[in-house]
Amino acid sequence: MAEASTHPAANPAALRAPEPPARGAADPMRPRRFRIARLRRELADTFTLELEPLDGAGMHFKPGQFNMLYVFGVGEVPISISGDPADPSVLVHTTRAVGTVTNAMNRLKAGQSIGIRGPFGTHWPAEAAHGDDVLIVAGGIGLAPLRPLIHTVLAERDRFGKVLILYGARTPEDILFTRELKAWRGRFDMSVHVTVDRATGAWNGHVGVVTRLIKMGGFDPGNTSAFVCGPEAMMRFCLTALAEKGVREERMFISMERNMKCAVGVCGHCQWGGHFVCRDGPVFRFDKVADIFRVWEL
Amino acid sequence: MSDPATPQSARAVMLDVPGLDALIAALAGAGFTVIGPRLREQAIVLEPIEGRADLPAGWRDVQSPGHYRLEERADGALFGFASPPHAWKRHLHPPEVRLMRARSTGSGFEVTDSAGDHAPPRLALLGVKPCDLAAIAAQDQVFGLTPDAPEASRPDPTYAGRRRAAFIVALDCGHAAATCFCDSMGTGPAVPADGGGADLVMSEIVEGGHRFLVRPASPAGARLLDSLPEGTGRPPEAADRAAAAAVPEATRAAQRRRLDPDHRRIVADNLDHPHWSRVGERCLACANCTMVCPTCFCATVEDSTDLTGDIAERWRRWDSCFTMDFSYIHGGSIRIETASRYRQWMSHKLSSWYEQFGRSGCTGCGRCIAWCPVGIDLTEETARLAGRAPAQNAAKQDSATPTGGE
Ligand SMILES: Cc1cc2nc3c(=O)[nH]c(=O)nc-3n(C[C@H](O)[C@H](O)[C@H](O)COP(=O)(O)OP(=O)(O)OC[C@H]3O[C@@H](n4cnc5c(N)ncnc54)[C@H](O)[C@@H]3O)c2cc1C
Ligand code: SF4
Ligand code: SF4
Ligand code: FES
Repeated sequence: MAEASTHPAANPAALRAPEPPARGAADPMRPRRFRIARLRRELADTFTLELEPLDGAGMHFKPGQFNMLYVFGVGEVPISISGDPADPSVLVHTTRAVGTVTNAMNRLKAGQSIGIRGPFGTHWPAEAAHGDDVLIVAGGIGLAPLRPLIHTVLAERDRFGKVLILYGARTPEDILFTRELKAWRGRFDMSVHVTVDRATGAWNGHVGVVTRLIKMGGFDPGNTSAFVCGPEAMMRFCLTALAEKGVREERMFISMERNMKCAVGVCGHCQWGGHFVCRDGPVFRFDKVADIFRVWEL
Repeated sequence: MSDPATPQSARAVMLDVPGLDALIAALAGAGFTVIGPRLREQAIVLEPIEGRADLPAGWRDVQSPGHYRLEERADGALFGFASPPHAWKRHLHPPEVRLMRARSTGSGFEVTDSAGDHAPPRLALLGVKPCDLAAIAAQDQVFGLTPDAPEASRPDPTYAGRRRAAFIVALDCGHAAATCFCDSMGTGPAVPADGGGADLVMSEIVEGGHRFLVRPASPAGARLLDSLPEGTGRPPEAADRAAAAAVPEATRAAQRRRLDPDHRRIVADNLDHPHWSRVGERCLACANCTMVCPTCFCATVEDSTDLTGDIAERWRRWDSCFTMDFSYIHGGSIRIETASRYRQWMSHKLSSWYEQFGRSGCTGCGRCIAWCPVGIDLTEETARLAGRAPAQNAAKQDSATPTGGE
């Protein structure tokens, strides 16, 4: 027994010493502030923010990871990082304005600041593709989350076999990163194929869905790693086309999109079968999720 | 626990009914707000109590799919009821909590406070039944408080603060409703021998003199018992211990409802089963089941500003996978059919929870069965997914009236 001249319970601290509340940086829902250093309009509805941290600390990330972007008082949304992982001093996000938060973000000006939490989630495992042909398959805004991977692959180009970018956009006016695509297409060590759903103006390139570009081949299916990002329906068709070509499921990677309210595994919104997409994804190796990918409305 | 405690059994104490007031007073004296069961509008709720007079003396619940009502019991038991509509989660994972406040600075903003900046309330939870103890353990994992939790490095500040500051008085269960199936889930009706994370474990004995056996399960619990005023209670005798041990065993014997032990596989293997659509036709998507469930943790995060637009707040509020918005992404919700939303809920409880946390997300408390307005019953739905004749389970239910018929 405790030698109880005073009752230990009379002193709350003696009963149980609660650990001091987690402060500031330890609070996973508290954003860091970043200033908009540059704002680039990509398309009518799509813009790129180049952000600098107000706290001076940069942000290291891996290709495919995302941040939660907070517009003061309006809300917070998950957006993939579209910059070059080799340069952590500037944080780059490319966003399509589709609703409340992304439209509010679209109205911000250089010099204003936004909140950032992250980086979160799994990454495109470029390291797993060493020695393989690399197939980067993007639909629409899905090119943005793949852009850091393209940078990584090109930075260590000789570790990979052939490198192909297959990109589908709705119309020629919806093609993202056109200058970069041109520069990549001009290289002798990679190929870039772009297709549009609907040709307009002077377009004389491919017309049709991106799966057609997969069917054209130009890679060694048995030794190919494919990284696919776009609307779920587009990914569905692409995965089927890749499988038909002979690419193995364990060498296909996809990035999943789900509603996200926390990005740290506690709000439950992003659940997909047993996975928290914010934590176990957004990038998944396809063979690990192939069974649930096929289930309706999961 | 760093505290070198004397063997816990040595310090157990028998309290008579007024002795319970001494226990409650000691908790209050130690700075805790005591939360316990009390009657409100024909139901038992878990709210602050001042003393034993607030406890629902002489009430029991009668529960069945879609039904909950209270009726008097003659023995004056203070904890003679099964799962109340409230779960303890409302005190550890509150229905709404402010996560952040921020102030506009013109070109940007400044966070003026966040959830982690505040000292949590110190709550003593009085009368936590084994199923609910298991639910607290499950939420400890969700919010990153256990070493094996995936987010262990960053526990949720709100939950972690409240949970670490809390004092838990667990209770061996003395009354099962027809909706209860903790025995088949391995969560009750007895508090686990190691205390299951509680600080004190209590048994209410009504036969042979109304009394309570209270045993410490943590150093903090031992200290609390030590702090009871001189002359409170007496050491338990062998007969007291035997009587206490008989309480949950009687409850176990009265329990009829079971969840198929193979539930994880049954659900995981049948995600395309036509039965989901049949349940979807009955389910109102009212979200009652998720609100009453002690393990459901889903929440939304809402940002807003005051009228001037200068002060912004971020709140977290309970949310439910039964709403259409829950799965909304640009272009439309993922789970449009009620069937897929029900499937999400039940497959999370009974299947994906194992993948996520290595255990079932269902404790067998029965709340979702009683509070479903149309009486949807996950034990029954599991049986049907497994292809068993509905009558089999229905027959079981009819005979499962351990407390109803006097
Ligand atoms: C991991 C991940 C990475 C993403 N990366 C990008 C990116 O790089 N560029 C880009 O433009 N978009 C990206 N998105 C989609 C982007 O998050 C949504 O467009 C955005 O949430 C829409 O919010 P809103 O308030 O403008 O639209 P509203 O339609 O007004 O949204 C209402 C709410 O629904 C949810 N929501 C709506 N659409 C989506 C969606 N597509 N995905 C998830 N939640 C949604 C949000 O919680 C939002 O608060 C990504 C989504 C995820 C999950
Ligand atoms: S699913 Fe139902 S029975 Fe299981 S813990 Fe939740 S409310 Fe209780
Ligand atoms: S199962 Fe019952 S309680 Fe749950 S949402 Fe459907 S109708 Fe409501
Ligand atoms: S976004 Fe909250 S759990 Fe994944």
